[in-house]
Amino acid sequence: MSPQIPGQITYDIPQQEIMSSGHLACPGCGASLCMRIALKIFGPRTVLCVPACCWAVIDGPFPYSAAGVPVVHCAFETAAITATGVRHGLDIRGIKDCTVVAWAGDGGTFDIGFGALSATVERNENIAYVCYDNEAYMNTGIQRSSATPIGAWTSTTPGEHPKEEPKKNLVEIMAAHRIPYVATATVAFMDDLTRKLKRIRDMEGTRLLHIFSPCPPGHKSLESDSIKISRLAVETKVFPLYEIENGLKYTLNHKPKGIPVQEYTRLQGRFKHLTEEDLKQMQQRVDYEWDVLDKRISLFA
Amino acid sequence: MQKVLTGNQTVSWGVMRARAQVIAAYPITPQTTIIEELANLVDEGKLEASFIKVESEHSALAGCIGAAQAGARTFTATSAQGLALMHELIHWASLGRLPIVLADVNRAMAPGWTIWTDQNDSLSQRDTGWLQFYCESNQEVMDTAIQAFKIAEIVKLPVMLVLDAFFLSHTAEAVDIPEPEEVDKFLPPYEADLKVDFDNPRAFSGMTGVDIYQEFRYLQHEAMNEALTVTEKVDQEYGKQFGRTYGLVEPYRCEDAEAIIVTTATATSTAREVIDQWRDRGESVGLLKIRTFRPFPTELVREALRGVPKVGILDRNICPGFGGIFAQEIKASMYDMEEKFRPDIYGFIAGLGGRDITPDTINEILEKTIHPEKTEKHLNWIALRD
Ligand SMILES: Cc1ncc(C[n+]2csc(CCOP(=O)(O)OP(=O)(O)O)c2C)c(N)n1
Ligand SMILES: [Mg+2]
Repeated sequence: MSPQIPGQITYDIPQQEIMSSGHLACPGCGASLCMRIALKIFGPRTVLCVPACCWAVIDGPFPYSAAGVPVVHCAFETAAITATGVRHGLDIRGIKDCTVVAWAGDGGTFDIGFGALSATVERNENIAYVCYDNEAYMNTGIQRSSATPIGAWTSTTPGEHPKEEPKKNLVEIMAAHRIPYVATATVAFMDDLTRKLKRIRDMEGTRLLHIFSPCPPGHKSLESDSIKISRLAVETKVFPLYEIENGLKYTLNHKPKGIPVQEYTRLQGRFKHLTEEDLKQMQQRVDYEWDVLDKRISLFA
Repeated sequence: MQKVLTGNQTVSWGVMRARAQVIAAYPITPQTTIIEELANLVDEGKLEASFIKVESEHSALAGCIGAAQAGARTFTATSAQGLALMHELIHWASLGRLPIVLADVNRAMAPGWTIWTDQNDSLSQRDTGWLQFYCESNQEVMDTAIQAFKIAEIVKLPVMLVLDAFFLSHTAEAVDIPEPEEVDKFLPPYEADLKVDFDNPRAFSGMTGVDIYQEFRYLQHEAMNEALTVTEKVDQEYGKQFGRTYGLVEPYRCEDAEAIIVTTATATSTAREVIDQWRDRGESVGLLKIRTFRPFPTELVREALRGVPKVGILDRNICPGFGGIFAQEIKASMYDMEEKFRPDIYGFIAGLGGRDITPDTINEILEKTIHPEKTEKHLNWIALRD
């Protein structure tokens, strides 16, 4: 490597691609970009445990695989425990220098796989868990999950009846388990994302990264807006970037600009039915949740 | 080494001798003492294994699947509700061709809540592609546990080791425990040919198109067929080394029998006694024990029952609206036998929900088989209360 010239901009994401380009993700898919970056950071000695979700498709049909590392497909609700089993299996065979990753959608994490995840965290199994959160069951055609935000259209919260319940707060639930490390990330903040990926690669114990993941067909957004939407999710305080160590030590990783929520919702057809009044309420909710987080951060910094 | 062990302890000691590497399990009566004993064996360093103390049976089997995919020898145990909860993964383990061994302590399904034995829990997993071995004694449990890992690893299918609740699980008998070095000779360390491997990264169990799924099923089916000869061979090999074999079926005093009763599991021991009594009285009756439900020993059953005039089948299970499950299998096996050799077959249901199968039960079945004037061919309930 040539010596660094003072002031020269460097970017330490490895050039080498592990994932191949022939995968089956839709254009603009946040989840495929997350994986591409994650594998660059995790490196080739990574096992991916992938439950039913878009990523079970994205990787490609038998005998193909785009990931470039061993992939253990598993039942929908078993990402955390399958990864646990793989970890124990490799450990007892003396294969320790590798990262075992559960890579699951929001449905597999917040809903059907939640019991197994909670138990895995409670036992502090030595796995990295990445939830790419596209805020609905996208693989089966955009049905609501408990990660779907209030007010969003999905195919099971249709027409006049968008989702009435707020999004489940996964990060706080994980913190309540006193998980060694939990953090949020998006593909719009690459330095932050890669730092967190390194962190979960290099730690021991259960660590969870919750990545907001735009989905053009599911969010009814433009393929070219995925990064922008990711950025706006953070800057509007809808999806703050923060991390919690041992369930108690909070760190805010990016101070959001506090852009109006409408800037975020207007790029996504899933929110297009929202009235002025709805948006006002949504703004109030976002502000309220932000205040709660802010207080926690100052209390537990 | 001889030790007095319950059926459940025997399972645990068999698993220790087999050097299972990853165990994931969740407690349920009557299985619990298997995993408690394993926890002790691991804790005392007698078994070098990881024991994942999961939050459900569903995760127990999923954990084994992950560990097996990583190339480890794996074990779990359960009963009834637990096995039913595993069902999705029961399929997964077999189609994923993972040689997991699972001990199922037969327990009747709820409701109403019951902890007593019958076979509906394991038999309702019939079409999942698992081998199923039904044991008659604690010694057979020990020997089958060790054989199970070997067979599973050869045919690349999971094996269910089945034992009756309480009649075996909590009943102590003297058991000969093979020496570790001897077992190591019989069962070398597991070497999976396909597993998580960073030098040869593969995707396991991914999306499978219409062009190839059926072929995976064909291979699974062929593996089950292969399991017939492999089970036989492994049992013989075991016999050479340890002096005990069981076969896939065991005909007992069947020579020139007018009638044969077919049994499984512990009911067999009771039936042996009764057959001896009848033989002593000069009656030509015999017993056929079926040990392996899958692979189903069709040819051996046909051979044993060919030309026998009357056959009574004791089922400690029920396929509601149809009848006994072993009866169903046996009848299907006999369908294309020449008529003159094909026995009259009578089905009997007894001992559900742990009700005792006594010598009287067996006597009644034999009576009704030999004198079938008032016997229904398809299905007869024994000791049914009004
Ligand atoms: C036990 C079970 N129930 C339902 C399904 C069908 N299913 C497959 S993927 C999926 C939704 C996945 O949603 P999520 O985890 O959010 O991932 P995404 O598809 O959005 O990437 C569902 C419902 C299944 N495979 N298994
Ligand atoms: Mg989703």
